[in-house]
Amino acid sequence: MALTVESLRVYYRTLAGDVKALDDVGFRLADGEIMGLAGESGCGKSTLGKSLIRLDGRMRYIGGRIELDGEELPIWDDEAMNPFRYRHVSLIPQYAMSALNPTRKIGRMIRELLRSRGVDFEAIRPELERRLDLVGLSTDVLDRYPIELSGGMKQRTVMVISTLLDPSLLIADEITSALDVSTQRAVATTLAGFRDRGFVKSMIVITHDLSVLYQIADTILVMYAGKLAEKASADDIVSAPRHPYTRLLISSLPEVGVRYEEHRLSGIAGRPPSLLDPPQGCRFRDRCPLASARCAKEPPFIEVAEGHSVACWEAGVEAASTPKPRERVEAV
Amino acid sequence: MLSLRGVSKTYSVGAFGGGRLNAVLDVSFDVHPGEVLSLIGESGSGKTTIGRMILRLTPLSAGTISYDGIDLATLHRHRLKEYYRHVQGVFQDPFSSYNPIFKADRIFSMVRSEFFGDVDGRTWAAKLDRALEAVSLNPDDVLGKFPHQLSGGQLQRLLVARALLLDIRYLVADEIISMLDASTRIDVLNLLADLKQRGLGIVFITHDLSLGNYISDTTVILRHGAIVEMGATVKVFGDPRHPYTQALLASVPQLHTRWGAEEAAHATNGSPQRLVEAAELVPVDDDHLVAAQ
Repeated sequence: MALTVESLRVYYRTLAGDVKALDDVGFRLADGEIMGLAGESGCGKSTLGKSLIRLDGRMRYIGGRIELDGEELPIWDDEAMNPFRYRHVSLIPQYAMSALNPTRKIGRMIRELLRSRGVDFEAIRPELERRLDLVGLSTDVLDRYPIELSGGMKQRTVMVISTLLDPSLLIADEITSALDVSTQRAVATTLAGFRDRGFVKSMIVITHDLSVLYQIADTILVMYAGKLAEKASADDIVSAPRHPYTRLLISSLPEVGVRYEEHRLSGIAGRPPSLLDPPQGCRFRDRCPLASARCAKEPPFIEVAEGHSVACWEAGVEAASTPKPRERVEAV
Repeated sequence: MLSLRGVSKTYSVGAFGGGRLNAVLDVSFDVHPGEVLSLIGESGSGKTTIGRMILRLTPLSAGTISYDGIDLATLHRHRLKEYYRHVQGVFQDPFSSYNPIFKADRIFSMVRSEFFGDVDGRTWAAKLDRALEAVSLNPDDVLGKFPHQLSGGQLQRLLVARALLLDIRYLVADEIISMLDASTRIDVLNLLADLKQRGLGIVFITHDLSLGNYISDTTVILRHGAIVEMGATVKVFGDPRHPYTQALLASVPQLHTRWGAEEAAHATNGSPQRLVEAAELVPVDDDHLVAAQ
């Protein structure tokens, strides 16, 4: 098991109080798995991605345990995390386009970066050039300034840099959102190719765009208001979702070929609760068409079928969490 | 009717302005009342520039845009204001369209002082209620609030309501839902569809083909400022003839269908070659034009 996250809590410190951006989050990521992380803005998906590599100044570690390849990640200790960063956990940031230093040629920037990690640039250079070639970039980019590259080229350059030391876990945060469709496709397929070639062992791809995830991810984890809602294979999430939130989310996505005259889609009424003081029980309760009295109690995130976990009472969590009675009354 | 004829926009580029960049090249199309026309293209295709030219925010380099037969370039002062009564725009980022210091409903009082100075309070309030109802907002939820207290979808709908206060006939909607969450964006899209049914003409600018397909009657595919394919949406999406349109459609990520195995087009590698002359549009079917290759 490449990555295990157990009851992770990370809050944001604000003047108004703690924003509970990640509240008791736990999941596993297998070796070689590409997991998509989806949800609306403010659901905690980027916070989860950041927590695995570096908590920024406003984020506060409250509790939980993260294990990568059997070793615990000391995410609460900025210094102690340093040996893990880049070598074991690496990140492609949300604004990869502006992640490159504009005053350095790309080659020099990579050299400085590697030196800071104690890696010899010249020794790794052949591999670097091979990988640049692989993503369709010529080695000339090393002698160019970031401003000379197009958005897709910058994105691919950052992807190569981030994975140069073959990290065990790669976190890609909204890396295709700012790209055009054709570039988006090229970047997304390249990213999946990195796993196939063993440049990274497993990957968490964060995006709000489920249709992109469906193309490249093996499993998809859907978050809602700081909690996990559902995790299953990409096919199950798209074709047989069990959580009402996932169902509504999937049904609100227009696809090529769907026209409103024939098939009018609808959104989800209401908005997510404030995480400053989240409501008790299921957090989707207020917007959920299936909500009932038992939703006042928080549903656990439990495996209801093989490889399919859900946090919803209506989705059979109860049956999975309590042992089934031996004989059920068949004819009612 | 809003019609564009041979519209071009050229920018001077380079150190001494010696270079020429054709942001929009010889674009012609009409928008009728009750019609949604999608302008679809990747970044740099000139779609936003066309929207800005329709709103007279950017001057044209060549060609004419006319509204009910009157050339926009001839409109000044009073008559320009009349034009803005009929044609309005809503833009991509709802958060930057508002001044964060003031309450969000200030956009309404600004319309009032600018266009409806002589309307009394009660009539105005009734008008405002109607506009908010048309965008399915509850006045109590949104009036008197600051922009940060409202969601992106609410802010975007307020901007549409603001446009509805004027007797608009045409709306330029420039990427109005790309900043919104999936669960709310479809509601804003449905709102546009409802407005269309009430006779509004909409220029819907987007990079997202599935959104364009969902809502529009007519689709115009742009590349490097020129039209590559245009016509009835069902025809452009159902039977794309230009290789560029086909490549775009093949790259759209879809639920339920995975990308084919064929190599993705690295279409935007490096600096794309800009066209100097727009290719002639050839009819291939009723209401379906494709650029000659």
